[in-house]
Amino acid sequence: MKGQLMPESPSAPIVSLRDVRKSFGSLLVLDGVSLDVAQGEVACIIGPSGSGKSTILRCINALVPIDSGSITVEGQEVNRPDLDKLALRRKVGMVFQQYNLFPHRTALQNVMMAPIHVLKQDRKTVEERARALIAKVRLEGKEDAYPGELSGGQQQRVAIARSLAMNPQVMLFDEVTAALDPETVKEVLVTIRELAEDGMTCIIVTHEMGFARELARNIYFIDKGVIVEHGPPATLFANPRHERTRAFLDQIL
Amino acid sequence: MTSSTQNTSSAAWLARVTPVAIMATLVAMAVSIPLTHAFAAPGDPGVIATLLRWTPVIATGFGLNLIMSFVAVILGTASGALLGIAQISTIGWVRKSAFLFTEFFRNAPTLVLLFFCMFLLPFEITIGDTTIPFPPWMKAVVGLALSKMAYVSEIVRGGLQSIPSTQWEAAEALGFSRWDTLWRIIIPQCVKRMLPPWMNTYAILIMSTPLASVLGVHEGLTMTRGAISAEGRPEMLAPFYLYLLAMFFIYTYPISLWTIRLERRYAVQG
Repeated sequence: MKGQLMPESPSAPIVSLRDVRKSFGSLLVLDGVSLDVAQGEVACIIGPSGSGKSTILRCINALVPIDSGSITVEGQEVNRPDLDKLALRRKVGMVFQQYNLFPHRTALQNVMMAPIHVLKQDRKTVEERARALIAKVRLEGKEDAYPGELSGGQQQRVAIARSLAMNPQVMLFDEVTAALDPETVKEVLVTIRELAEDGMTCIIVTHEMGFARELARNIYFIDKGVIVEHGPPATLFANPRHERTRAFLDQIL
Repeated sequence: MTSSTQNTSSAAWLARVTPVAIMATLVAMAVSIPLTHAFAAPGDPGVIATLLRWTPVIATGFGLNLIMSFVAVILGTASGALLGIAQISTIGWVRKSAFLFTEFFRNAPTLVLLFFCMFLLPFEITIGDTTIPFPPWMKAVVGLALSKMAYVSEIVRGGLQSIPSTQWEAAEALGFSRWDTLWRIIIPQCVKRMLPPWMNTYAILIMSTPLASVLGVHEGLTMTRGAISAEGRPEMLAPFYLYLLAMFFIYTYPISLWTIRLERRYAVQG
């Protein structure tokens, strides 16, 4: 746990967790998690299943309320009763393992829905931007396809575009390649990499260690609701300090 | 013969009607006409002529059955939809009371509901200076609508809950409010699925409307019985009831066929 209270980046963190605790019933999922993510940083969270990785992401955008501790996004406290959830969700985009596209709407409509109905933006402007986003995730020509007509990788890229349409400051990726066929994993990872290279702050829960090593500034290894250790990929992968980290990496690499 | 054809008009039969049953009905109708001739007194007009003579009266009564079913289905669907949505509310007391309300009316015999409405509701409603009459047929509509409401509430609850919770989560992460999610994302996905069971309950509803005859509403059954007693010919009993049954059959059977077709279509689409 040492060193966690000192962010390695000199600038103020855009996302900051302090001693976050969360239980589901009698099951303790997060047992005092603290981490800082700087503007433009890519942070990867790794760990065995059931370790609380996804819960961290769900807590950051307030899909799941926390029991105690503090989460701030751009300096705004998330853990308070009068939270402006809409303001938070404009800042924080999220992409899910199962894509969760709206199946009754085309790819383009999926991307357009939130800006039009939530942000009440002008339909024409939104459509222009939505088309640009679909091009950005390399799906030109698929605008009018329904999710059921797209491959898993394509659906996931539409989901990324849908999230980007809200102009978020931070993107959360929750095991976004775990449900994909191996051959479509790469196209999604390329999309995320481009996003990161554009300077988007990304918090990524992943089992793709090669991807994490290549892209992340910091990697957090979490087990049983606790961040066991964290550091730049070179250090963490080459010289894990903790036995649990070593065991996990041995298993997965 | 009459009792067998009355059995065939039950709701359960309607949903899974077979060609055999149709044939049986047609045969029963064909047989009843020569049979009644055997009992007919000389000088009485023929069966067909008698039925034709009473057709305007019976059809007017049947028209009221249709009108009652339309009004009841509109009221029942609107209130049932709200109740079904209330059943998935995040507010505990709203959810629980909607559940109890639904279960109470879903397990209430329609005829008892009709008597209940008949004696509970006023015969007119005065709002300010205007007095709106509340005739028995409208009271019967309220009773029928209460029953329909409970079934629609269950259909809506089941439909809404058939959509995976991840859809709610995705919408919430995009900043959609709960109402917006329901209206723009959840309902459009499940409305097709809800259509066949909704049509089934409509078929049950239209066939419940003759219950209103015990409340003295001048609907099809009341009018048919009136015609029978006016004619005073025992051999006309079967033709008259068959005639009314045929009206219900011609109206309801296409609905049940259409329901089965929709069920198949949406079953294939998943």
